[in-house]
Amino acid sequence: MTATAALTSTSSPELAARQHWIGVLSRTLRADLLAHEAALRDAEYQLIRPPEIGMTLVRGRMGGSGAPFNVGEMSVTRCVVRLADGRTGYSYLAGRDKAHAELAALADAHLQGAQQAHWIREVIEPLAQAQAVRRSRQQAETAATKVDFFTLVRGEN
Amino acid sequence: MYVAVKGGEQAIDNAHRLLAKKRRGDTSVAELGVEQIRQQLPLAVARVMTEGSLYDAELAALAIKQAAGDLVEAIFLLRAYRTTLPRFSASLPIDTSAMHINRRLSATFKDVPGGQLLGPTFDYTHRLLDFTLLAEGEYPGPQTQPDGRVEACPRVSGLLAKEGLIKEETDSGAPVADITREPLEYPASRAERLQALARGDEGFLLALGYSTQRGYGRNHPFAGEIRVGEVEVWIEPQELGFPIAIGVIEVTECEMVNQFVGSATELPQFTRGYGLAFGHAERKAMGMALVDRSLRAAEYAEEIVSPAQQEEFVLAHCDNVEAAGFVSHLKLPHYVDFQAELELIRKLRKPSKEQAR
Repeated sequence: MTATAALTSTSSPELAARQHWIGVLSRTLRADLLAHEAALRDAEYQLIRPPEIGMTLVRGRMGGSGAPFNVGEMSVTRCVVRLADGRTGYSYLAGRDKAHAELAALADAHLQGAQQAHWIREVIEPLAQAQAVRRSRQQAETAATKVDFFTLVRGEN
Repeated sequence: MYVAVKGGEQAIDNAHRLLAKKRRGDTSVAELGVEQIRQQLPLAVARVMTEGSLYDAELAALAIKQAAGDLVEAIFLLRAYRTTLPRFSASLPIDTSAMHINRRLSATFKDVPGGQLLGPTFDYTHRLLDFTLLAEGEYPGPQTQPDGRVEACPRVSGLLAKEGLIKEETDSGAPVADITREPLEYPASRAERLQALARGDEGFLLALGYSTQRGYGRNHPFAGEIRVGEVEVWIEPQELGFPIAIGVIEVTECEMVNQFVGSATELPQFTRGYGLAFGHAERKAMGMALVDRSLRAAEYAEEIVSPAQQEEFVLAHCDNVEAAGFVSHLKLPHYVDFQAELELIRKLRKPSKEQAR
């Protein structure tokens, strides 16, 4: 299973929705998530696993599609929180930003509750929107460097 | 042989203070910030992350600052830090076909689906010093079309594979060997070789790759495809039981298309060499792909006659932390050892009794 297959192979829509918001939170810039800090922290919660820094061993595939091999590690921060009603939220985030990991875990916990629609509208959608804007700006820049090479025939005028 | 010595603490302390002073330079010039290095020297950061074997741009930039710009020293620092962190898990293999592409080119097909995208590149620059960089400037980037989009870029090797013209890559599902946990033994698997090459010194791999082009283990490479861009990393944490994305990393991938092989039972097919590196690291990915292919000599029953084809020679010497360490140890006191050699050579030079007579 490759990374992309992981998303498409999941069966339940609930799980796919959770994978989606976890993905959005993982791609979010710290500053964008910090804008929601007050709302996310406005609940009683416990740190089941305080933010902890470690690594994930990144794997690639030979020829992009063959057998896996190890490329190197990447730094990762993980965190688990529990809200007063017992819901737990998890986060695993690239990098070493403990505050970011705690907020992402809180968001994951809130998003599993009765107010899910509210959190998706208030947090996930704006974050996803910001990511889409960044992505399309980047794409437009790359597209501006697209070339057409002309092959010259040797020995002709 | 190195024999332990004592003393010199004061001199060592002072030497380190002197180094810190030298690294700081003229204090009338603003001190370099780690974030400036990260933002403005991204290619140095990419090399340190790749060979330091830890994707963390901030720490790589810190290492570059601490090492006063000595990238091999910075790689050593990052490798050392890496050993202090726990490993949570291994990722699912990254899917470079789904890459958000910042640069993509193929030297084998002019009209490749998705097109040739130059991205930010030194290629086609004139390599003339740009004196305008001596002053502060503004660099607004290219003129873009607001609706400019990157089209889907299917793998170039996939186009060849569809026609059966290139060796298929297959995944048997076997466990992935890890040379950071189990020491390398020869002959090594291709997975072990690629892991070693991914950590290997760019200059060493570049030179070995170059040697294959010049005839030392010739295998006629073409740059089938080079792509640079962002891929998502996914893991499957045990406590969740389903895979999740943990973030995006920039990688450079190079697929070399090489000389074909055939046999009595198989039609001729192109062969492959593969390179993958963290960040924008094209020269590294190309060197790696050339050496990956040359090290597959035994697999294709090619005569092993050149350094780039000799697995043990390449893998045992490609790591610059190991190489620099062993060469550097020559600077440590070897006084006792050398005294013995000195005495021996004096003895050898004394005329023997027979000759004296």
